[in-house]
Amino acid sequence: MDFKNTQTIYLQIVNWVFEQILSGTWKPGERAKSVRELAVAFEVNPNTVMRSYEYLQNQEIITNKRGIGYFVNEDAPEKIHTIRKKEFMEQEVPEFIKNMKLLGIDIQEIVKIVNSQK
Amino acid sequence: MIKLENVQFGYNANQPLFNGVDWQLESGHLYGLLGRNGAGKTTLLKIMTGLLFPHAGNAIINGQPACKRSSQQLCDVYFLQEEIYVPHLKIKQFEAAFAPFYPNFSHEQFLEYLRDLEMDNMHGFIDKFSHGQKKKVMIAFALATNVPLLIMDEPTNGLDIPSKSIFRKILASYADEQKTVIISTHQVRDLHSLIDAVSILDNGRMILNATNDVITDKLLFDVDNQKSQDGNVFYTEETPRGIYQVKENLNHIDSALDLELLFNAAIQNKKEFTELFK
Repeated sequence: MDFKNTQTIYLQIVNWVFEQILSGTWKPGERAKSVRELAVAFEVNPNTVMRSYEYLQNQEIITNKRGIGYFVNEDAPEKIHTIRKKEFMEQEVPEFIKNMKLLGIDIQEIVKIVNSQK
Repeated sequence: MIKLENVQFGYNANQPLFNGVDWQLESGHLYGLLGRNGAGKTTLLKIMTGLLFPHAGNAIINGQPACKRSSQQLCDVYFLQEEIYVPHLKIKQFEAAFAPFYPNFSHEQFLEYLRDLEMDNMHGFIDKFSHGQKKKVMIAFALATNVPLLIMDEPTNGLDIPSKSIFRKILASYADEQKTVIISTHQVRDLHSLIDAVSILDNGRMILNATNDVITDKLLFDVDNQKSQDGNVFYTEETPRGIYQVKENLNHIDSALDLELLFNAAIQNKKEFTELFK
């Protein structure tokens, strides 16, 4: 993982976990990797992974079962879908529109591309 | 608990190096000790391990001054120096001679780390190994001691590229809530994802000492196409990828801490940082 860009490491790990769940690598109801396993795999401080897991717990993506470990919630894929969509609408779309204006691109040009890709 | 109180020291009577260093460390963190060449990082570490005595003030490790060199304290601290001394011994003999000093030393971990670092098939005398190979043996030993306070001075110097990655993996598995790790380094890119607290020594004082969470709460590490004018900007660096800025984090935005930018910002804004991190 490349940590050089401006997103914090803990959020990059959160996004990585999102990917694992959306792609079905981590399945709902199954145990998530331990904090230590991820820290070693990504060569990061365990406190950083801990912070990612706390975030994921607050978003109700994973649950900590005391003494056993972390588990992927049954509705995690739907939850991630909602979070991702919200991020897309609030961050990527405004950026996209900004660039369209900057380059003088008409919305019809974009509609044409979208339609041709259906 | 590890605490330095008003530590004063100098190698030369009319040129003091430290005129009152205060430094407090919390367990469970991996501290990156940063400072310019000659700032006194190694000297400070030697004072903390009882290898040098302060002229005034104290380094207190678990309630006792380091200069007392109590046997309990010596069991609890391991200092891997940059210039490593290795005796004329084979790896097995070295372990047999030095491991008994450390009550939590793990033979299994030592073998595992040697294997990870591809040093398990080395049967000769350690002092005949290359610099990098000696360093790998000593790193494996240091991490196998499981001491509550592990201090390493430029540990990645001399390590080849794959070994740096393995070193990071071992270090990630070493850290836990009971342990404190201090790493003095200029090679911040080697270790930036593991360091989770930063201490900057400059002009005989600790000008910054905070965990990464506190730092990113107070400071915003920003990259943009244009210079921003809002708020306090502490440091600016123009690159082809954009303009990097360290500024006061007024809107509590999470950003990725960049150790090099932080260091440059800190040495240029000593007063402001003291105020900000009070």
